[in-house]
Amino acid sequence: MQPAPAMPKSWRVDNKPHKFCPGCGHGLILKCLGQAIDELEIQSRVVYGCDIGCSLLSWDLFNLDTVQTHHGRTTPVMTGMKRARPELLCIAYMGDGGGYSIGVQHLVGAAMRNEKITVIVANNTQYAMTGGQMAPTTLPGQKTETCPYGRDPGATGLPFQGAEMISAIAPDGAYVARGSISHLTQLTGFLKKALKNQIDGHGFSLVEALSACPTNWRTDAARTWEFIEKDMAGYFKRGEIKIPGQKEATANA
Amino acid sequence: MSEELVIEEKRVFMTGNEVVAWAALAAGADIMYGYPITPQNEIMHYWSRLAPRYGKDFLQTEDELSAGFATAGGVMAGRKAFTATAGSGSVLMQEPLAMAEMMRLPTVTVVQQRGGPSTATVIYSQQEVTLTTMGGNGEGMRVVYSTAGHQDLYDYTIKAFNLAWKYRFPTFVLGDGYQAKMREPLTIYDPEKRGITLLEPDPYVGREGEPGRDRPPAQYRNTYNLEEELYEKLMSDIRDFEKISTEIAEYESMHTEEAELVIVAHGIVFRAVREAVGNLREQGLRVGGFRPVTLRPLPAPQIRDLVDGLKKILVVESAYGQIARLLKEAAYGAACEIHTLFKPGVGIAAGEIEDRVKEILK
Repeated sequence: MQPAPAMPKSWRVDNKPHKFCPGCGHGLILKCLGQAIDELEIQSRVVYGCDIGCSLLSWDLFNLDTVQTHHGRTTPVMTGMKRARPELLCIAYMGDGGGYSIGVQHLVGAAMRNEKITVIVANNTQYAMTGGQMAPTTLPGQKTETCPYGRDPGATGLPFQGAEMISAIAPDGAYVARGSISHLTQLTGFLKKALKNQIDGHGFSLVEALSACPTNWRTDAARTWEFIEKDMAGYFKRGEIKIPGQKEATANA
Repeated sequence: MSEELVIEEKRVFMTGNEVVAWAALAAGADIMYGYPITPQNEIMHYWSRLAPRYGKDFLQTEDELSAGFATAGGVMAGRKAFTATAGSGSVLMQEPLAMAEMMRLPTVTVVQQRGGPSTATVIYSQQEVTLTTMGGNGEGMRVVYSTAGHQDLYDYTIKAFNLAWKYRFPTFVLGDGYQAKMREPLTIYDPEKRGITLLEPDPYVGREGEPGRDRPPAQYRNTYNLEEELYEKLMSDIRDFEKISTEIAEYESMHTEEAELVIVAHGIVFRAVREAVGNLREQGLRVGGFRPVTLRPLPAPQIRDLVDGLKKILVVESAYGQIARLLKEAAYGAACEIHTLFKPGVGIAAGEIEDRVKEILK
């Protein structure tokens, strides 16, 4: 008999395995999030929001009250909820398309106002659910369905530094960090600190999580790992970028 | 410390936007999310001045998408939340309000129509009828009250909150720039003192207890995997909507029996119709007036009755046939002639209507 995989207590067990593709990073990020929620013992206070794209597959993943919407509008839904019921702990989970492209104005607005919510952006360098198109986070030269010859920075820009941008515009009290599914303990720690920041009422929190999409990357396990650890790491530095009460930290822990 | 809200019944002289802010207070609204666009701005201005006094909240968001989605979040958290918009803001508002339709959220949205399409004028129109009744990528599962003045704005804003929380369909109060900006007298009152019970909001999320242990998690989605799964959900909403349609549809009619011609209009244009009908009848012309108050659902049986016994109707609106399209659908197959007076984006006075009626009856 195989041992049952250890699932966070805040996960629903009745509908597992989850709906993500094999090798997808979402399951790992959401496991870290589940662990963070468990360790902080906040399951009865959390409302979890997920977005359109692959993140929506988590609409029934947790034993948490959940709302699913789209286009990065999970951020204003959670903002509206938090403003209406400040005792709730509101988490907005989305991909880099929702967070950094179509819904980026909401991320900017929420960060500027230091909304006491936690946003988690899964960065897998492309739009996955729709079939692998170029995103703001696509690496130079990376091939996607809408840049089949590789992203040309001269024509379509450089990978979007979302966490750094939010860190630059958010007032003191905000917490910003970038973790990765290649360093799960660190990622869980960042998520815990982001949630703690909301619990303590300091302000906004954003955790970007570097994620993997072997389906659209068309990579095997070894190349997937290498893409996260080498290719993505070259543009997206892991670490805490903004911590309440401290000057902007230098990224890369 | 916040004061207790006491609204003594009294005559006041206010702009329509101020009326809406007071009506929202009277209805027990907790929080408004808004974004500036003329001509609804003063709803936010008055609300943001009044709200803190009574322990209520306001948030100016980064755009109308955010205002609409935050309103959705607010109602899901179990608070009476509302927003107000107009014109191109109304266009953006369709995305969150489509979500409100899908999730059966009791959002209240006040729309003060301005000229369209696009930026157009900040002044007035009746061009947001199609958008407000049928906007979004859905089936228009929404309730829309079209007001004809300040007493209506007060009464129907209060009613909108109650109806939204009772039936859980997104509800709209459709005004216009004239109503928003002009002052006129009306009576404000505490609805409970008039025997109107204000419904208590009920949270969708964040109830007592730990999900999975003390209760099942409350999980709301907009996404469906299968055609049949979506079809089942939609048909259930459509059946609910159709069931309440007769009950909630409202209209006003004047002298429609034995009329040779009935002038049909909604909103503020009906005030010119009232005047025109009076003047024409004094001149011996057999003319009546009919006003749908709910544009969604339309008072379809009454429209049916009207057109079945009638030779001519004249549809008058400050748009190019938006209410006329809805009427024609309700009147389909009737033998009566449908005449029109369409002035998109422009106000309509009684004299023009009288001239048009005389031309038709010549």
